[in-house]
Amino acid sequence: MAYVTCKNLSLGYESKVVVEGLNFAVNRGDYLCIIGENGSGKSTLMKTLLGLKAPLGGEILFSDGLKKNEIGYLPQQTVVQRDFPASVYEIVLSGRLNHCGLKPFYSREDKAAAKKNMERMSITALSGRCYRELSGGQQQRVLLARALCAAEKILLLDEPVSGLDPVVTAEMYALIEDLNRQGVTIIMISHDLQAALRYASHILQIGKTPFFGTKADYRKEGGKDDADAR
Amino acid sequence: MTQMLDKLTQYLQFPFVRYALIAGVLIALCSSLLGVTLVLKRFSFIGDGLSHVAFGAMAVAAVLGLRHEMLFILPVTVFCAVLLLMGGKNRKIKGDASVAMISVGSLAVGYLIMNLFSTSGNLSGDVCSTLFGSTSILTLSRTDVYLCVALSVIVSALFIFFYNKIFAVTFDEDFAGATGVRAGAYNLLIAVVIAVIIVLAMNLVGSLLISALVIFPALSAMRVFKTFKAVTVCAAIFSVVCAALGILISVLAGTPVGSTIVAVDIVGFFLFYGIGFLGGKRK
Repeated sequence: MAYVTCKNLSLGYESKVVVEGLNFAVNRGDYLCIIGENGSGKSTLMKTLLGLKAPLGGEILFSDGLKKNEIGYLPQQTVVQRDFPASVYEIVLSGRLNHCGLKPFYSREDKAAAKKNMERMSITALSGRCYRELSGGQQQRVLLARALCAAEKILLLDEPVSGLDPVVTAEMYALIEDLNRQGVTIIMISHDLQAALRYASHILQIGKTPFFGTKADYRKEGGKDDADAR
Repeated sequence: MTQMLDKLTQYLQFPFVRYALIAGVLIALCSSLLGVTLVLKRFSFIGDGLSHVAFGAMAVAAVLGLRHEMLFILPVTVFCAVLLLMGGKNRKIKGDASVAMISVGSLAVGYLIMNLFSTSGNLSGDVCSTLFGSTSILTLSRTDVYLCVALSVIVSALFIFFYNKIFAVTFDEDFAGATGVRAGAYNLLIAVVIAVIIVLAMNLVGSLLISALVIFPALSAMRVFKTFKAVTVCAAIFSVVCAALGILISVLAGTPVGSTIVAVDIVGFFLFYGIGFLGGKRK
């Protein structure tokens, strides 16, 4: 059984269709990389998977014990966040909000989960620091810890290394690989084909030459030629 | 000094001064609570825009001769607040432009209506006091004060109850929505509450100066403090202190209440700016 199955999915805005006939599945423990040019519909697909947008056609099925809102999400940074006065702990803890329901405050359990995930991302020492004073890599770790607070099983990462320098980028990829080994299913949107081919188990390419399959198949089917041409 | 204190105690004997102080402090508290969220969401100007809407609504209510103006002004302002805040990022007219449009539009229509159908002899006086709130806070009745107390208790309680949700929705709406938090509902709540506060605050500082009550406490607190909780608490205290000081000064010196409060806010802002600057240097 797959965590997420997309059947004949069409995506787009109002009347404009961006992607059509999308079929793919994400299984437990997979590391799926979604690649494609700018404007090919990567972000639209992501929003649809997260339930922020309704698909134009087709369907998305969640199964194998995964519920619709159990996808942890690492967004790209927004302008608002860059100068937001909040401590690392406050932000990580806010990931637990979906466990609260109507309760106004966080329980001891929520706080313990936040602490555990800060430990996992090795940012415990930064706990009281202000988010806007951190480096780009540290900020990503904070947001990753928050995503883990919201969902343990599956993470959706939207270009997690954009704007990071090469050293921090490598660290970030290592961190994500580590999480994947611990059993967290990863869906990553990326520009970086080299990294996708290195770390991912499956590739989904959308755009002019759509493809879905394992990394090995992707190499075989000449997807690589396509990449070289670019 | 003793002379001033004497004068102050003498003034505080008057119920209208006490009412003004209570109402002023409460309104300042409420507006500062949501101010932090609005400033961070890049909606600083919504206070200004909505207060102009309330001004327009007030003009219409006056012309229609409604006895309970509030019953008309409040729904209209709430409606516009929802319209402005709920649109999100993907709409056709962007946030700042739509705020400006609604703001200028309702100001113009309000003044036009007042001019065309005015029943009062002193038109410019009416307009001036609606805009700058020159005297109305000193003419509050006991019922007005009760209403003010009740509404601010509700606003503060809502804020504390939904504090964590408001934080999450302010920091990252998409993330909150994606993980199953009803971001839309909380945005709606923020919009409604801010509209209520603005209608309340019109009595105090008038519609032109409401932005100041929303923005200054939040911005000042953000100069000095680094966590959301500290910023919120500090903004609330800052706002309350400035409002109380402003009202007392205006009573003693006979200056207009609204502009005096804002003047105190400005002084406070520069004070905090200085503290933040020195604090940043030391590190």
